[in-house]
Amino acid sequence: MALKRVNAVIIGAGAGGGVVAKELAEAGLSVVLLERGKWYSAFDCRKDDLRNQRTCVLGNAFGPDDDRNPRVAVDLQGHERVVRASGPEYNNNAACVGGGTFSYGAMAWRYMEKDFRMRTTYGHIPGSTLADWPITYDDLEPYYEKAEWEIGVSGDVSADPFHGPRRKPLPMPPLPSNREYQILHPAAKRLGLHPFDLPMLRNSVPYNGRPGCMRCRWCVGFACEVDAKCGTHNTVIPKALATKNCELRTECVVKEIVTNDRGRATGVAYFDADNRLQQQDADLVVVSCGAIESARLLLNSKSKLFPNGLGNRHDWVGRNLQGHTYTGAFGLMPTDIYDDLGPGASIAICDYNHGNPGLTGGAMLCNEFIRLPYQFVAMVPAGVPRWGKAHKDFMRNTYRRAIAVQGPTQEMPVFDSHVQVDPIVRDFWGIPVARLSGGKHPHTIEVSAVMARKAEAWLKEAGAEQTWLKLSGPGLSAGQHQAGTCRMGDDPTTSVVNRYCQVHDIDNLFVIDASVHVNNGGFNPVLTIMAIAYRASEHLVKQSKGAGLS
Amino acid sequence: MEAICSRIIPEDQDAGAIQAGVVHFIDTQLTGFYKPLQKTYRLGIAAIDQTSVRSAGKKFADLPPDSQIALLEHIQQDADLKPFFNLLVDHCMQGFYGDPRHGGNRDRVSWKMLGVPYPPVRGRLRYDFTDPSKGEKPWL
Repeated sequence: MALKRVNAVIIGAGAGGGVVAKELAEAGLSVVLLERGKWYSAFDCRKDDLRNQRTCVLGNAFGPDDDRNPRVAVDLQGHERVVRASGPEYNNNAACVGGGTFSYGAMAWRYMEKDFRMRTTYGHIPGSTLADWPITYDDLEPYYEKAEWEIGVSGDVSADPFHGPRRKPLPMPPLPSNREYQILHPAAKRLGLHPFDLPMLRNSVPYNGRPGCMRCRWCVGFACEVDAKCGTHNTVIPKALATKNCELRTECVVKEIVTNDRGRATGVAYFDADNRLQQQDADLVVVSCGAIESARLLLNSKSKLFPNGLGNRHDWVGRNLQGHTYTGAFGLMPTDIYDDLGPGASIAICDYNHGNPGLTGGAMLCNEFIRLPYQFVAMVPAGVPRWGKAHKDFMRNTYRRAIAVQGPTQEMPVFDSHVQVDPIVRDFWGIPVARLSGGKHPHTIEVSAVMARKAEAWLKEAGAEQTWLKLSGPGLSAGQHQAGTCRMGDDPTTSVVNRYCQVHDIDNLFVIDASVHVNNGGFNPVLTIMAIAYRASEHLVKQSKGAGLS
Repeated sequence: MEAICSRIIPEDQDAGAIQAGVVHFIDTQLTGFYKPLQKTYRLGIAAIDQTSVRSAGKKFADLPPDSQIALLEHIQQDADLKPFFNLLVDHCMQGFYGDPRHGGNRDRVSWKMLGVPYPPVRGRLRYDFTDPSKGEKPWL
């Protein structure tokens, strides 16, 4: 029995879906927001070093659960395995209201102007589908600003000469600097670099009715005990619900998007929290499940008109899966420098995002979030044994003296790094699972290694008596920064959605999350996801009003 | 298994794996989240003992510490034994450096060793030791 038809059904209450829900609901559209996970809150802050969204050896704290949500991972030698949601090859982000924004580290970056014009800037990269976006930084600028002010960003980017033009400053000042900042700042200046205060989606002062950060050591991967960390779960989603036009249904798993014989979406079929199959009809469907799950859903929504899934006439759905290649360095300082003042990450440079001789792109570099003891165990240098007295000595002698600098190297998209649906393995609800395969482009590895050396040089200048690198392997990249699988483009034969996130083939189907990113910048992607969501929503509202829907 | 763990994280001027309750952590998790690994552990421990008897004539726990260390160093190069040994090392690290609520790191001994500040946040004494697997919720 079908539920009451609404104007819009949005699948996924994360960074993208949350913004769209609010924009549509405030414009008067009736919205159903479906989320496969639960709605956690500040009361779910556990400070559990072994069970959080970053270190999940004892399970994912904020979804999805291992039992019901397997995937298949194919390694570079072609061996395939069924992988658990909390395991290393799964490439998880989260499954909960707020999505990744509920527990992330919350770095809040605008991509740079060149990040939208990588092909024009750097030319063709053999073996990569590197291309220009169909939109520019200027197109997105007003929406970056909206995200910064509405969701809430603190920091100070005025000392960064590399960022794109902006009309307004950030709404909140940076947190008072920690000791790592005070050590790294003068060192960066001496090297001729341009350090500044990291922009973060985190209240540094009371804002939007929630308090400022309490400077604890459990940030990235954890719920925020005082609700100072800003995500869609505590900003736009409550606003959407307050309009009374939006209904949020949690623990609902969408099986497929239903289309009719005229090639238009009519709604979705989903399993509700009691695992009963429901049908939600809607005038338009918005897919915001994250790059892996959005591609999976489109591929699983087959019909006579769309035998290979939706938006997939030219085999671009699921392609170009990318994340960021994190590399960097550790530096051992001569004295104790640990001040336990969270979140830890505080200072950044954008000197190496572009203009690196002989290299395409680069990365923002910044100091890391506080390393919890068990996280630090694996961070010892290559020469130190992984166990025994030597390892224990190293932990004891260095834990309070180590600084880590790293950055998200921008990846060269690879067509064969992709998401498919597995022909055999199904999840608890009988839906074919995502099948991940591919690896990184060799030039990505090259660039990331140079970025690690830059991080090392910074730490050496800061007085590190010993440094060691963190480098990356060639395997598939996606994880918490997953992007690229439903590329935005003007040409329907080489993209999935147009510049307003509308699927080329199906005018009432939209993908609004990082799937649409052509490439992923040398920065954490969430603010860009939010900005694109604001922009796409504005267009959606105009289009709906034109069609007389609300 | 106690013998292996006490070589992985030995006691010195600070507590080691045994004093911190690493074995208790592993036993607890083997009936919980790590239940699927029970067979892996049984076979893995047995394989280490077999290797010990074959190469040194005695079970692992009966060897002197230096011989135990030498045997483990040999095992971590062995293609067949390496996977279990690496798993055990990781679990020891979790049980030693991880949160006490999961059965290890008794009295936060590893955190005291590292100099991790307590109370955990300036001005806040409350520390969450609730166990979500028992349905406990933190009091506020």
